[in-house]
Amino acid sequence: MALPPPDPQFVLRGTSAAVHTLHFSCGGQEPDVPILFSGSQNGFIHVWNLKTHRVDTTLDGHGRKSVYCVETMGGKNRLLSQGRDQRICLWDLAEGRASVTDSVFTENVGFCRCSLLKVAQGRWLMAMAAKALEEVQVLELPSKTSVCTLKPEVGAKLGMPMCLKLWQVSCGSQPLLLAGYEDGSVVLWNLSMGKASSQLGCHQEPVMSLDFDSEKAKGISGSSEKVLSIWSLNEQQNLQVYKTHKLVNAGISDITIRPDKKILATAGWDHRIRIFGWKKLKPLAVLDYHTAMVHCVSFSDHTDLSERLLAAGSKDHRISIWSIYT
Amino acid sequence: SLRVMAALERALRAAAAELCQAAEGAAAALGAVRAALAEAGGPAALGERERALYGAFLRGLARAPPAARPEGLWQSCFLEGPPGLALGALLEALASPGPNIRLGEVVAVLEQFLQEGQISALMWDVCQQQAQAGSPELQEALLNKVVCLPDHVSNKLQGNPPPVFFPQNYFPFLGGAIIQVLQKISESLRGGLDCSISFVSHVLGKVCVQGRQKEILSVLVPHLTDLTKSDCIWQRICWRLVECVPDRWMEAVVLGFVQTAPGADVLSRLLGNLVVKNKKAQFVVTQKVLLLQYGHTTAVLQNLLGYLSLDSLRRPLLIKVLQELLETWGSSSAVKHSPPEQQQYISKAILICLSHLKEPEIESCRQGLLTSMMEGVKCHLDSNLPQIRRLGMIVAESISSKINTDGPVLKFQVKVIMKFVSGVLRGNFKPKPVGNIQSLPWWEDFDDDLMPYDMSEDKELKTKAPVYIRDCIEGRRCKISVSVELAKILLHLEEKTCIEGFLELRQRAQVAVLTTDPIPVAKYLTSQFYALNYSLRQRMDILDVLVLAAQELSYPKSRGKTTRPGAQKPCIQPLPGSDSSKGWRRIVDERIKSKTRRFSQVELASGPNEFSSVAGHFFFPLIQHFDRPLTTFDLLGEDHFVLGRLVHTLATLMYLAVNTVAVTAMGKALLEFVWALRFHTDPYVRQGLLSCISSTLLSVPTECLLEDVTEELLETQSWLGGKMRGSICQRLSG
Repeated sequence: MALPPPDPQFVLRGTSAAVHTLHFSCGGQEPDVPILFSGSQNGFIHVWNLKTHRVDTTLDGHGRKSVYCVETMGGKNRLLSQGRDQRICLWDLAEGRASVTDSVFTENVGFCRCSLLKVAQGRWLMAMAAKALEEVQVLELPSKTSVCTLKPEVGAKLGMPMCLKLWQVSCGSQPLLLAGYEDGSVVLWNLSMGKASSQLGCHQEPVMSLDFDSEKAKGISGSSEKVLSIWSLNEQQNLQVYKTHKLVNAGISDITIRPDKKILATAGWDHRIRIFGWKKLKPLAVLDYHTAMVHCVSFSDHTDLSERLLAAGSKDHRISIWSIYT
Repeated sequence: SLRVMAALERALRAAAAELCQAAEGAAAALGAVRAALAEAGGPAALGERERALYGAFLRGLARAPPAARPEGLWQSCFLEGPPGLALGALLEALASPGPNIRLGEVVAVLEQFLQEGQISALMWDVCQQQAQAGSPELQEALLNKVVCLPDHVSNKLQGNPPPVFFPQNYFPFLGGAIIQVLQKISESLRGGLDCSISFVSHVLGKVCVQGRQKEILSVLVPHLTDLTKSDCIWQRICWRLVECVPDRWMEAVVLGFVQTAPGADVLSRLLGNLVVKNKKAQFVVTQKVLLLQYGHTTAVLQNLLGYLSLDSLRRPLLIKVLQELLETWGSSSAVKHSPPEQQQYISKAILICLSHLKEPEIESCRQGLLTSMMEGVKCHLDSNLPQIRRLGMIVAESISSKINTDGPVLKFQVKVIMKFVSGVLRGNFKPKPVGNIQSLPWWEDFDDDLMPYDMSEDKELKTKAPVYIRDCIEGRRCKISVSVELAKILLHLEEKTCIEGFLELRQRAQVAVLTTDPIPVAKYLTSQFYALNYSLRQRMDILDVLVLAAQELSYPKSRGKTTRPGAQKPCIQPLPGSDSSKGWRRIVDERIKSKTRRFSQVELASGPNEFSSVAGHFFFPLIQHFDRPLTTFDLLGEDHFVLGRLVHTLATLMYLAVNTVAVTAMGKALLEFVWALRFHTDPYVRQGLLSCISSTLLSVPTECLLEDVTEELLETQSWLGGKMRGSICQRLSG
């Protein structure tokens, strides 16, 4: 008899709004405390101290408009956040400061989270949905210079980009972008040529989230349908369907593969978090705690692997923290 | 030899004379007796006359004055003489103390007598004499002495005997002595000499009947198991040993063997075809242990039935036993009146029998098996006790899978079957796995070390109910016609579409209709409860809905909030599939439980009780017609399960009607109803009656109780106070 699924290790309450994005920063050495950033619908970013389980700081930089993406840029003191005020803010949090040092006006009205990739020391690439509905723009940070604008071919009818993932095979190699679109297809963009190198129709409905494992050249995407789609990238840089996995309930709002590529977690519209083995997509657990749609799932970056955590943020204003398969 | 005997006789007479005078010459005289006995060739060589003389000499010796008891010589006269005579003389001395008898000395000699193996010599002596037809009275006396030795000794010593005379030591010792005698018998048989084993059998029988089976057989059985392994003379000795046990002791011996033998094969070797030859043993094995007793362990059953199955002469008995077991299993009277433990015992026995049956044997009695299975399963499923119903299903499934090799097999979804069956049979019998084990997806066959958690709760989320029904109910204008119409539709609505939790949804809808428009719908539902052509299921649905709606109406906080989550209430249980009678029982149990809990917390939240104005409409139509059987529905007859539910429903309605206007009238009617049913045979019904009484007492105000319901109250009191009380309460608490 299989064990009953575990309960959350603890639950963070007090955002007083639906939680849309989560990001851990736990890799620091003592005396740094592990931290979780959460962005919520009321425009606040909460900095949670994972030792005390309390909010250390609350950041207000998006005009009370929903914050739907939070990332750190090399350590917990530099933060990037994206909100529905069409701005991407860069924060300086060092020494107790909480100020926006720079911001990018995206002019995009969608919900597409930006994607960040460190390409060199102090240099990042950021992909984001641009002003024109179908376009994706890639900027270099912190200089904010535009690297390229990725436009689908005329008549491709991909719709808006829904989710983005910047990646590179290894450090220093050519950065690539995977983008999921409104029509259910996933497109691989070559940044240096500014052209789509492969396109795969993965879903019938808009792609809500995707994640990619560059080691295995395999990715996974979820949509509002009842299936997860797993696809791979062959040596000719062509995307092809690997398999699909049928879900019990429709709707996936977020997918994350754990950094060690062992398991992945999905955030479901059915209020449940699902854990799968990444190797064979073996269903491992269904974590049923939330009472409303789960918006985001995130794995921590603890250096001690046994402390690793999974966090899930939900429309029910709660963030559940789980310790599973550590 | 005559000369030698004459010398012995002389010596004995001389010694007797010396002992009487307590003279100095005693030592010499005793020495002469010893020498003469040795010359005569030991005690075995003595003839009848010499034995009599020697006996008299020993009796005298035991009572000799201390001066005439030369140390050593005195003891050895007892130890060297014929053991039967010596034991007789010693016990006699023990029993009737005289001035010269010292208990300590006598017991010390007895102890030495045991330690030097004289008991086995005694038994062997008798065995030899028996072959020459010795006197039965003498043997009977000896038997008593041998078997009751611990009692004789400890009676005299007032509870302080040497340890060898403790029963827990003496009887194993006696077992060892029996083995020694059997050794001698086996040697003498091999030497072509005849000898009788019957004295040993008597000893064994008498020990066993005194309740010392465990002590003596714990020594005998292992030895005999070993000795009979490959030796047919030993096997015959062993069979003879058991066969010669007198009938009056046979039961104790056979039971002892069945309980002690480590397995059916050993038992078969030790007992041989005893059950075929001996009527008494047959009765014990085929009737008494299986049908009249039920305290034996499963291992005993396995031994016993395995023993029956191991020989072609005994197999007919196995089939006969199975038929009788099934007859008991299928008898509705036995199911009703025998304790559940016994029924479980019989079920175990049936399963074990089935596992031993061979194909041709099944062929020969297939029809009989089928008939008894059908009868048995019917009366088991009728039972109120869940474990009895489960047992019925388990046994029926096993029979069915055994007799239907190719046809359809009876299948209940009972999860405990595997555990029970494998527990009983320990691998004898391989039933098909029960329950649905899903085949694993291909990629799970070789996946990594990550163990999945239980994901059985991962089910589809329920969709929202159609809006138009609510619109309909809320539309006040057409309420009356619509509500009854809706109730009618819902009562007859069957699960034709695939809707998750259909039954629960239907029930909630029924409750909603009833609470929205209580009077006409209650009128409709209560009239339908007694109408023709409803299934029991639908009738019980009606009762459920009435209770739930009454609960909702009487619960002050629940009204106003239309979307109260039903699942969080302890009382509303989703109904399981219509085929599951087990689920029914569970619901009933849980409901009883939930009610019991509520009784203890007497206080109800205050507020207008909406049930108050309609309680009568719920209650009186239900109580009116219970005694009018319809062609399809006979509450006082075979539909007593529904009656039980009805009684519980009335109890709940009564309880919920607290503080209402009609409560006194309801209480009166209910107590009358209880009075009419007070001798009902079904304990579930009677239990309901008790809860009716309790809820009446709780709900009806005290002054009304005393004024208006006095007579009924007194009747009830006399019923409860009378002799029924003991039995009812026992059954309830038991």
